Formats: sequence, structure tokens, C-alpha cells
Amino acid sequence: MTRIGVVTFPGTLDDRDAARAVRLAGGEPVSLWHGDADLHGVDAVVLPGGFSYGDYLRAGAISRFAPVMGEIIDAANKGLPVLGICNGFQVLTEAHLLPGSMIKNDHLHFVCREQVLSVENVDTAWTRDYTAGEHITIPLKNQDGQYVADDHVLDELEGEGRVVFRYEGWNPNGSRRGIAGISNAAGNVVGLMPHPEHAVEPGFGPDGAKGPRTGTDGLRFFTSVLTALVG
Amino acid sequence: MPKPEILDPQGKAVAGALPRLGFGQFASVRQGKRFELEVDGPVTEEILAAAREAGEHVLSNPVIEDVVAVYEDTQA
Repeated sequence: MTRIGVVTFPGTLDDRDAARAVRLAGGEPVSLWHGDADLHGVDAVVLPGGFSYGDYLRAGAISRFAPVMGEIIDAANKGLPVLGICNGFQVLTEAHLLPGSMIKNDHLHFVCREQVLSVENVDTAWTRDYTAGEHITIPLKNQDGQYVADDHVLDELEGEGRVVFRYEGWNPNGSRRGIAGISNAAGNVVGLMPHPEHAVEPGFGPDGAKGPRTGTDGLRFFTSVLTALVG
Repeated sequence: MPKPEILDPQGKAVAGALPRLGFGQFASVRQGKRFELEVDGPVTEEILAAAREAGEHVLSNPVIEDVVAVYEDTQA
């Protein structure tokens, strides 16, 4: 069975949900500890959301120097699929695996809502089970979610098709060009602010077409990587 | 300090609050950070250089922040 590592830093909140999402998609979740510089032979890694190290210094800034991150950075540069969700996305930007950075939401409030995204790149390791232009609804919850980068970087991301998700309808945090998620050039590293792992099982997700809490639009992140690894 | 081209939402909120407290003279506010690093013994050029390097590579994120000053504070 495909083994997908889920990292726990001090202050990580969504590691158990991420592990559950991996299991529901058909993979085997493997817990990875921030202080353990060993990936235990996993086939992919999820950096889950939360407030690692209390967001001290900057969101994700201290986690980036955790022993496990050295291994993840090396492996990601060699093609290991890595998904950073929310705080995990912030860790990936601090680790320079993804460009840009996140600052406080433009309206200064914590935001928690069911957010519609358009999927703009379905060639990454984490999005191949979606169709291009598809609208999906998954939860969004953050304080420092405003994606910023200079125009040169933004133009490069757009030109190379590396804007993977864009906020649809409303930009909930002032992110430049409505960007919700991006990938590296190879497409194995993806980061996004909203939370796919909270929309993977009927009864516990956002409202969906079949009724309240039936939305499971996030599940295909995790089936995508399994497909990518098998194929 | 947040880079000049980066919108500083915290500074904007503070700028909005100042006039309500009677400080109407200030057109805008930007909010940064200050770190105090202590050493045992004298502050040498090497230590200042190390502090500068830590400031640029760890304490700040060059994508969104500038290091504006690194200096020895003899009052501490």
C-alpha cells in the first residue's frame, strides 16, 4: 500500500484529519515527527495545518528548521510529492520550496468558511483526479492567509501554469491575483491555504450537492497522489 | 520592517485607531519587529556580522521584510 507521511510539529492541529483523509483515499498514513530526521521510506508527505511553534517569528518560520524538514526539502527536490495545507503551505514558502509568502489577512480577521476554488492546474501530483476549471468547495480557516509575491514572481507562476487554485467568487484574504494555491515547477510540491482534508467524508464536510455536509471535494487530492505514485 | 510595497494590515489598523485616541497627526503607520540578542562578553565585529546574517536569513523573510538596522546597544 502507498505510504503517505503526515508531519506533526508542536502546534500542528490537523495531522489526524490529514491522516484520516489519506486512509479514506486508500493510502496508508505514516506519522512523521518534527524532531526525527527520517522519512521512514514514505512515498509522499503532507504538511498539515495548525499553528506550528505558535506562529512565533512568522507562520512556518521555525518549523522550516525542524530536523524532519531537511529530509523533506532534499526529497522534494528529487521529486517526492509534498502537499502543504494552510500552515504547511506557510512552511513550504519559508523553506523556499514554493515562492512568495503569506501575511495577515487584509481585513485582519480570522476567516472560517466553506470556500469555492477553481482548479486551474490538473497536472500536479495532487490534482490529477480533478478536471481543469472545475469548481470545488472545501473549508478555509486562517489568520495569515494573504498570499504575496512580487509581480515578477506572480507573472512567472501564471506563465508556467503554476497557479493551481484560485479563490472563486470572493477573495477571502486579499491574496494577490486571488491565488489560493501554487506548485513548484516540477508539480510535485503543492501548497494551498484551504483545507481539503476537512472535506473527505459524507456527514463531516461542507454542504454539497446531495445535502448538508455531504461535500467530499477534498478527497481527490489524496486519490490524485496515489494515482500519481502508481502511474 | 515590512517592505514598502507590501501592504501592512496591522499598521493600517493601528493608523485607524490613533485618531480615535487623539493622535490625529499621523498619516500612516507601519509596524515592524525588534529582536534583542545577548552575548556573553564583548560585541565584536564578527558577532555583529553573525547577528546581521541571522537577521537576514532567519529573523526576517526577505520576500516580505527588510532588515533596517543591526547595532550594538550598550545601554542594555
